[in-house]
Amino acid sequence: MKDFNGKILFLDRNDINTDEIIPAKYLTEITKDALKPYLLEDLNMEGFDSESDLPGKKVIVTRENFGCGSSREHAPWALEVNDINIVIAENFARIFRQNMFNCGMMAVPLEKNQIEKLFSTFSGKETELKTDFAGSKFTFTTGTESLEVPFEISDFDRSLVEAGGWVDFADKNY
Amino acid sequence: MGKTIAQKIFDSHRVDNPSGDINVIKLDAVFCHEITTPIAINDLKSRGKYRVFDKNKIKAVIDHVTPSKDSKTAEQAKIMREWARDLDLKDFFDVGQNGVCHALFPEKGYVRPGYTIIMGDSHTCTHGAFGAFAAGVGTTDLEVGILKGVCAFKSPETLKVELTGTRAKGVYAKDIILHVISQLGVNGATDHVIEFDGSVIADLSMEERMTLCNMAIEAGGTCGICPPDETTVDYLWPFIKDGYSSKDEALKDYSQWMSDSDAEYSKVLKLDISKLEPVTTFGFKPDQVKNVTDMKKAPVDQVYIGSCTNGRIEDLRAAAAVLKGRKLNSSVRGILAPATPKVYREAVKEGIIDIFMDAGFCVTNPTCGACLGMSNGVLAEGEVCASTTNRNFNGRMGKGGMVHLMSPASAAAAGIAGYITDPRAYLD
Repeated sequence: MKDFNGKILFLDRNDINTDEIIPAKYLTEITKDALKPYLLEDLNMEGFDSESDLPGKKVIVTRENFGCGSSREHAPWALEVNDINIVIAENFARIFRQNMFNCGMMAVPLEKNQIEKLFSTFSGKETELKTDFAGSKFTFTTGTESLEVPFEISDFDRSLVEAGGWVDFADKNY
Repeated sequence: MGKTIAQKIFDSHRVDNPSGDINVIKLDAVFCHEITTPIAINDLKSRGKYRVFDKNKIKAVIDHVTPSKDSKTAEQAKIMREWARDLDLKDFFDVGQNGVCHALFPEKGYVRPGYTIIMGDSHTCTHGAFGAFAAGVGTTDLEVGILKGVCAFKSPETLKVELTGTRAKGVYAKDIILHVISQLGVNGATDHVIEFDGSVIADLSMEERMTLCNMAIEAGGTCGICPPDETTVDYLWPFIKDGYSSKDEALKDYSQWMSDSDAEYSKVLKLDISKLEPVTTFGFKPDQVKNVTDMKKAPVDQVYIGSCTNGRIEDLRAAAAVLKGRKLNSSVRGILAPATPKVYREAVKEGIIDIFMDAGFCVTNPTCGACLGMSNGVLAEGEVCASTTNRNFNGRMGKGGMVHLMSPASAAAAGIAGYITDPRAYLD
């Protein structure tokens, strides 16, 4: 199973699309590793600088409709090769969300007010996420402040995370 | 309680229900192109699973960058080519025969009502125009599709878009779908199938229905679906005539893929399009839509006519009607990419290519081309394109570039005027 813990990158925007996560011009690459330097290169968000804001971050927390647009699995892969295996948002575009679980990664939805609380409490501070996968619980921590948030994913998504992705699961079961 | 088209298709294709509302469904076709498939091929190879579930049900094309533009795209094409040869795929389209996947595959008769189709391309929803369930997926789903002929989806909730009224002159399927997306929002149909219905749909050609379904994903939809009818049967007849004694018999068979009158929809959006005018997008999201007349003559540097949305013969005819006897404004460059070799050939025969070339357009080979900024026609920083494509994300057609989505007639009109304008002024 992948690692779902670490420092959080807060992206305060809706509708962050797949072209912003990884521009099409890099889709000529045929290895995942080659995508590493280009993650969020074209993200259109004031105050964001991928070179200084990304290093060391293992988790993304963002607003609604993350990953809309293209079917390119290069978007989760660009996250994966940067050791970001989990995105938490109000909701996700379908294909992106499925791609994440298909890779054994997690795209976890939380209620709008919970996301708002995460932004208001932790954004702009150095915040760590700890994921209790079996207990379906996140713990957000900054300094002495800590917040526990339960999460829900389907049994199917859970089995994909445990299997390490859809290929092995499907080949075993169908 | 009755069922929607999508529910009927799922019920007839379900092989498993691993948890909750997750369905593993059997696939009738898996479509492949050279951007998302080579990694799947390489991964299958590395897992010792270099095989396909059915060599007749996998259709492959090189379309996004073709002919190859550099060593990397040449390598992607080579992987596809060798795979198609090694595994003896029945249908593979390489340079000389290739065109934009979502225009080429329907043209070849590969889509039927009731089919389930996946492809590693978000605009796979186009094929729902035939009453099929067709969805874009990532490379891992594609890989499993190639290997096992199955894919997993949530149970399809259906959002019905009922279109009534009379279409005004100069208003095309592209204007209708942009209007629908502006009403739904970019995630208004996430995890939903959008079923298009109403008197307007009944009057649309298959090409127009494909334009409509093509952009279902721009509202987050899994698939756009039109109910199969006489128009569907007429389009498919050359491919199905050996299987049916008459068109009526085919229609009767296909009617099993119509929604029941008491089917349950999660939402119904009713739109009367009688007052709809030619529209365009104005921002970096496809739901930011305005009338072209409200664009204050926004200047454009490039016009692009082509793509899986609007590169078919009817689209070229609509643009040619505006361009005939006119020239591009000296400040604008025009690019035409007919979607398939068949479209290109028909456009030559009808004199449409001459009209475009006389107007000053560059005519390229069939390809996805400028649409996603991977190949020819990329914009420079600060440049603006009037485009018949489907996506206007920031930097989509080139870093720092701006794309306005519109109908072929509106794009042609923008090319002549040098700014976004009403195409009706150029129509007889």
